[in-house]
Amino acid sequence: MLYVAQFINALQLGSIYALIALGYSMVYGIIKLLNFAHGDVIMVGGYVAIFALAAGFHPVVAVILVILGCTALAIIMEKLAYTPLRTAPRISVLITAIGISLLLQNLAQLFFGARPQPIHIPFPTGSISIGAVSIAYPMIITIGVAVLSMVALNYIVQGTKLGKAMRAVSEDTQAAQLMGINVNSIITFTFAVGAALAGIGAILFFVRFPVVTPTVGAMLGLKAFIAAVLGGIGSIPGAMLGGFAIGFLEVIVNAVGLSRWTDGAVFLVLIIILLVRPAGLVGKPMIEKV
Amino acid sequence: MTPNDPRTALLPERDIHKTPVMECRALGIDFGGLTAVDDFNITVAPTEIAGLIGPNGAGKTTIFNLLTKVYKPTRGAMFLNGKNTKKMNTIKANQAGIARTFQNIRLFKEMTVLENVLVGLHNEMNYNLLSSVLRFPEYWRSERIAKGRALELLSIFNMQDDASMKAGALPYGSQRRLEIVRALATNPCILLLDEPAAGMNHSETDELMENIRKIRDMFQIAILLIEHDMNLVMGICEGIAVINYGKLIAKGTPKDIQNNPVVIEAYLGKELGNADSH
Repeated sequence: MLYVAQFINALQLGSIYALIALGYSMVYGIIKLLNFAHGDVIMVGGYVAIFALAAGFHPVVAVILVILGCTALAIIMEKLAYTPLRTAPRISVLITAIGISLLLQNLAQLFFGARPQPIHIPFPTGSISIGAVSIAYPMIITIGVAVLSMVALNYIVQGTKLGKAMRAVSEDTQAAQLMGINVNSIITFTFAVGAALAGIGAILFFVRFPVVTPTVGAMLGLKAFIAAVLGGIGSIPGAMLGGFAIGFLEVIVNAVGLSRWTDGAVFLVLIIILLVRPAGLVGKPMIEKV
Repeated sequence: MTPNDPRTALLPERDIHKTPVMECRALGIDFGGLTAVDDFNITVAPTEIAGLIGPNGAGKTTIFNLLTKVYKPTRGAMFLNGKNTKKMNTIKANQAGIARTFQNIRLFKEMTVLENVLVGLHNEMNYNLLSSVLRFPEYWRSERIAKGRALELLSIFNMQDDASMKAGALPYGSQRRLEIVRALATNPCILLLDEPAAGMNHSETDELMENIRKIRDMFQIAILLIEHDMNLVMGICEGIAVINYGKLIAKGTPKDIQNNPVVIEAYLGKELGNADSH
């Protein structure tokens, strides 16, 4: 019984990590940038939710506002900070990403204060019982929404012309450009899709952990980043796999009574994967051309 | 001006009165202090098959990069169908009708053969993301038309049966052919081929020559090719431009070029002068 409950628990946590990891992986796949501000997009999503709900919007409208807010933030970030650096060395862009992350955290602290703010997203309560196991609705909804989002993403990437253009740009930017593909708009689109997934992830995260602080996105983002690396950064199926793997790892570490070591275990995974298989579980080994 | 004067437009008789599909006037580019291409003049007529030849390092691929706006020219101007391309970037130049293949194959290897061609058809597909997510009929129609068109283009080279293969898994010759198909998918009026016969054997090269002619006749487009295989160049090009050290040294028909002492010197060195110095 306990095993089944923990299994569902891990799936729920893993779904959230996977949704966020996708944003890291997609952006990395297309412009080789580790967008460290990605986690903070979730934090901003949290504050948007608080204000939207406080303003009396219907919860569904609030959810839509969170997703739109995250998407808009990512597009602004991309246009203002990353587009001007398109031809700059990768390290400059990486440092910019860290800078934006710190900027967002400090702006949030300035405007909303450092005090943790409770957030209550109205979600169906109750649970269903299968045999002796009872599963809460939020868990089922979280897993369902995450799986649906991933199916939708897969469809966009595989089945639409924008998805084909994305894959073309990620393989060979210049060749794609010579085929008449507007690389800049494809990059912006990628950021937007990644952020929309993060917005969905934000809602699901705050349903489970209902407190927003200016730095809430930092650790969450870092773990999702590790999930992306574990799966193989740049790979969409890799990010999903890595997300669920981290979710399971955390739940297992907690279940055996080592809950203080949860974060440590996740970082240990990062160290091990970088030592043993830096390309990740599904990534192809990269051979540096000389 | 004489036929060998690089400034003369060299057009086949039948095209002399048409607007050239592409025209370069005194095009040049410097990298730092080094002049890579200088005073490059060429006129390509609609439906002409033209060749650009020269020894290794003469600047041929640099010229292709200038024509496709990968590089911005330092000097001179280039016109597509009479329109100045000064303000165009790579994407705009492609949309204005210039498409190319690469010396070292640059397919999207992880994508299927069909998808590679569909990327080329990107700008032909007119539907937005919303209609694709909601699966409006517009999406299905657009995707169906594009897929049909892609298969039709692949059938030129008899590749329609490989459509679902990964491009990277194709044999070398087919990869070269697929690059041509992908470029054709962008609906160009001039197609630039960068060493299309590189690595091909005799019979493959013969087949390629046939196919280049076939493409010209079917699509009624101009083709400008860089090639080291002189059988191919002399066999299908109607006009040839020769460059050396980034400068045009001759232009003419294959026959003119074969007998031009300047060209022979560029390729083989001076006959008498060099012999003495050894």
